Amino acid sequence: MSLDWTFIADSLPLYLDAMWLTVELALIAIIVSMIIGLLFSLVLFYRIKYLSGFIVGYVELSRNTPLLVQLFFLYYGLPKIGLHLSEFDCAAIGLVFLGGSYMTEAFRSGIEAVSSSQLESGLSIGLSKVQLVRYVILPQAFAISIPSLGANAIFLLKETSIVGAIALMDLMNVAKDLIGMSYKTAESLILLVLAYLVLVLPLSLVLTWLERRVRHAEFGG
Amino acid sequence: MPNSGVEVLFEGSNFERLLGGLLVTIEIAFISIMIGTILGVVMGLLRTVPTRSLRLLLRLYLEAFRIIPILVWLYVVHFSFSPLLHIDISGETTAILVFSLWGAAEIGDIVRGALESMPKHQAESGKALGLSKGQLYRYVLIPQAVRRMLPGAINLATRMVKTTSLVVLIGVIDVVKVGQQIIELGVIKAPNASFWVYGLIFILYFLVCYPLSVLSRKYERRWQS
Repeated sequence: MSLDWTFIADSLPLYLDAMWLTVELALIAIIVSMIIGLLFSLVLFYRIKYLSGFIVGYVELSRNTPLLVQLFFLYYGLPKIGLHLSEFDCAAIGLVFLGGSYMTEAFRSGIEAVSSSQLESGLSIGLSKVQLVRYVILPQAFAISIPSLGANAIFLLKETSIVGAIALMDLMNVAKDLIGMSYKTAESLILLVLAYLVLVLPLSLVLTWLERRVRHAEFGG
Repeated sequence: MPNSGVEVLFEGSNFERLLGGLLVTIEIAFISIMIGTILGVVMGLLRTVPTRSLRLLLRLYLEAFRIIPILVWLYVVHFSFSPLLHIDISGETTAILVFSLWGAAEIGDIVRGALESMPKHQAESGKALGLSKGQLYRYVLIPQAVRRMLPGAINLATRMVKTTSLVVLIGVIDVVKVGQQIIELGVIKAPNASFWVYGLIFILYFLVCYPLSVLSRKYERRWQS
């Protein structure tokens, strides 16, 4: 079996467009869900009444349901109660809904891992609760959280492969359409796998490197 | 607001059909976990052998699943088997094949982690007490390894159940597909059906996955050493 290189060259722009869509969605998902995760984990740390309970419920709901069903509900279900969203908005909201809970968990476990002697020392030198979080807890918690934050970023980047289910022209749909129209199955699938390799592998390598670096930042580590 | 329309869930045998669809996905997850566990234990043991090339090969195998999304692998098998290899396999078989191979990679990593994290003095103390090799594994090593593996393995099971929702995209009649059929059939009589049907599917998945998450966390806390 030999590959059709003209076909590969011709369909490359389609894949590049779709890769751009994936990068766009993944960036939105990663950045917004990290902000949400940081805020929510602080709410959990301060044990803010009612709000904490709401966040715990959200985290469980989001982590224990598949993204595909979340997307279908947003895209097909919500218009029935008068809420119309574009495909792109649905995908972004779905990914943030999913990622927010994973990021909350990552920050929360980072905060919990800061040793209690650190908190007590901070309080005993007269830091306020806000100062304690700003100068003692967050810098250490962030360093501890980096591996799981990174794993979540990769997870979200890979989860973008599902958005094709709500009619976005992503990598999966590009490959599927090309197979349907041209029967160039091998070429289309090889390009699909390569596209994800190009997207995910660098991030994965950067994170492995970063993980090793931040280990020095841990107190007593 | 759709204050009516929820009846569509209970019309005829709709509810039973949705549950039946859910069962298809759970079945795929269950069979895959079984096969994946058997293959994974072997793979995990092989990843602790001194042969470098074998370890590297198995590591690459794991990374293939960690880097390329599962949906891509489902597509690769789904689209390539019949035109390229001239083998016809159903959506279910495709799903079980991909999920088993993925499960084997992940379980293999969990087994490797458990074996490597076992303190050396456990095996040495056992030997010093005069345990035979069989007794050493039966009473000392395996019980501790299982404790270390269980939270991760249950976690993987939850992930796998969630990921089985993707099988609808390769033509398996699962809970989402049954939901789509119900929505299409009632498009005139129950125009709001998609809100209720997808809402229910959302809750059904939660009801399956949430107990697994709780269980995994319970073991994690109990056996934290």
